[in-house]
Amino acid sequence: MTDIAVRTVGLGKMYRIGGHREAYRTLRDTLMQAAMRPIERLRHPGAATHASEVLWALRDVDFEVKQGEAVGIIGRNGAGKSTLLKVLSHITEPTEGRVEITGRVGSLLEVGTGFHGELTGRENIFLNGAILGMTRQEIKRRFDEIVEFSEIGRFLDTPVKRYSSGMYVRLAFAVAAHLDPEILIVDEVLAVGDAAFQRKCLGKMEDVAGHGRTVLFVSHNMQAVRSLCTNAIELQAGRVVNAGEAAQIVADYLTRQSASEAFARWTPGEGPGNHIARLLGLEVIDEAGEVANVVFSDQAFRVRIAFELSRTDLPVGVGFDLTTSEGTVVLQSYQTHADQDRRPQLHEGRNTIECMLPPGLLNDGQYMVVPGLVIHGNRWILRGGPAISFEAHRVLGESPYSRAKVPGVVAPVLAWRNAETDESDPSGH
Amino acid sequence: MVYERRRGWSALDLRELWAYRELLFFLTWRDILVRYKQAVLGVAWAVLQPVLTMVVFTVVFNRALGVSGSPDADIPYEVFSFAGLLPWQFFAGALSRSGTSLVGNANLLTKVYFPRLVIPISAVLAGLVDFVISFVVLLILMVSFGVYPGWEIFLVPAFLILAIITTLGVSLWLSALNVLYRDVQYVIPFLVQLWMFLSPVIYSTQSIKSETVRAVYSINPMTGVIGGFRWALLGEELPGGHVWISIGVMVVLFVGGLYYFRRMERVFADVV
Repeated sequence: MTDIAVRTVGLGKMYRIGGHREAYRTLRDTLMQAAMRPIERLRHPGAATHASEVLWALRDVDFEVKQGEAVGIIGRNGAGKSTLLKVLSHITEPTEGRVEITGRVGSLLEVGTGFHGELTGRENIFLNGAILGMTRQEIKRRFDEIVEFSEIGRFLDTPVKRYSSGMYVRLAFAVAAHLDPEILIVDEVLAVGDAAFQRKCLGKMEDVAGHGRTVLFVSHNMQAVRSLCTNAIELQAGRVVNAGEAAQIVADYLTRQSASEAFARWTPGEGPGNHIARLLGLEVIDEAGEVANVVFSDQAFRVRIAFELSRTDLPVGVGFDLTTSEGTVVLQSYQTHADQDRRPQLHEGRNTIECMLPPGLLNDGQYMVVPGLVIHGNRWILRGGPAISFEAHRVLGESPYSRAKVPGVVAPVLAWRNAETDESDPSGH
Repeated sequence: MVYERRRGWSALDLRELWAYRELLFFLTWRDILVRYKQAVLGVAWAVLQPVLTMVVFTVVFNRALGVSGSPDADIPYEVFSFAGLLPWQFFAGALSRSGTSLVGNANLLTKVYFPRLVIPISAVLAGLVDFVISFVVLLILMVSFGVYPGWEIFLVPAFLILAIITTLGVSLWLSALNVLYRDVQYVIPFLVQLWMFLSPVIYSTQSIKSETVRAVYSINPMTGVIGGFRWALLGEELPGGHVWISIGVMVVLFVGGLYYFRRMERVFADVV
């Protein structure tokens, strides 16, 4: 008995594209081609027939998934993620290489596959269950659970074409969630439904992953991959470019994807500012001391400002506005906001100072650091200077309810406590 | 389990098909349910369609043009043509449903794995409900015209199986071809129409006098099927040796269809 659930060896999948953009042909085209081929050969001897019009959606893909592992598959659109899932699900066969699978596979490449609008919720539960590979006995046994999970209640005997899209998705996912495979293959099905239902689905998947079931999960939702998966594989143009621990692979991927430039540098005498103070560098730095295009909310980060100063007799303030990509100011901080003994002392020539930002501060999204230089009580030297940008990613906490996106320019997890046990209860009870 | 590229002809793997019998059942059930739910007339449609066809045939071909039914037995043309329509409409209906069945279920083919044979088979089997309704109508018709069947009526299931095999054979070819060549679906109605005139629906096989022509005529497997139904129900003369030509063609069509389908099914998900 091996503990490998899924193994691929030199897996490749080729599609023909180009000349025949439509995948299917018409009989007339085929007959015409058959007739023309000898003539073509005469005109272009030795020319390979449409040799260049092939696309390798997957190539040389080798990986192993152990039993009980949850593996996220990430990559940009067109990287081959969906093709990989189709090959693993036995929907399409590989052009080269092989897939070895140990265990019963359940694939969820779509929510509600085979649903028919004319049929009632009850009828669709049976139909969809059978399509996903459940036996009639299994569906009967779990029927009540499915209905309860779907929250469709009294609409059970209404044709699903009359359902709202939310109800439709809930019912479809409810059936899928009660599938009981040893290996579960899931494609982005969580991209549907409202936030509350998405949370419920993620919870259900976590259950599955937690019960020693093997899960392969394709998603663009990096938070979901980080929180659900132990390992991850990154595909790029059909090849595995990175594989390993999920958090690391996601971080690498986001950093590479990021269009942000989290640093700027200037040569002495040419940076923004004036003869009194002039910027030399501006950087967002992570805990490891590296420039960070992507900042994860479980880590503190720093804004480092380097500048040259010609006079120390003026109260020069050095700082920045932290803004969202839309320009909403999240906060402003200057070194001079701190008390005299808690701020860095400046000297003539080159200075490098840092502002420490705590973990758990920012929401998901793009932020900008806009530098500023000021002579307090006098005038701005530099205001709204050349900004640098970085991406923030909120890393989820332990709470099962902390997953969905939250509104707000910041997203700190604040402390809560029971007020009844506290004598300072403002309601006076 | 190991998945890799298959080459050449594949084994049929009937065991796998058997494992998916519940899916076959549910898909057939879906087709039937949807058809009767969508049609305003519902089940009445299954009665009206053959009855109206029979009436038109009787008026046009029998009364106006003088086409007669069986020359040997004293059977009213109404009953004669209805007995032919019974297997014919099963065949024609199944062909038009199954021809587009794979393309119509493209979302299933690209999202879930199951033996693809399930799809055209369920499209064919969904016609059985109509068949049973038609059969009851025929029995009523026979009684009202005073035509009573002999013991041979118990052989109707055997001919029904032959009808299913023939229908499946043609359906497998058409459904697989239609995935690869979309114009097949436009050919099917035309094919069905021509095929009917080449089958003994309106007229009797016995009106063909030449033995050679009859042998050639029997290459059409529906000749054997319809002849069998008329024999079992109406006591028309047994088709005799020619029926074996029909059965032979039927088997070749069916087995060939199965293998062609299995060979082509590996690209269905990519091109559908």
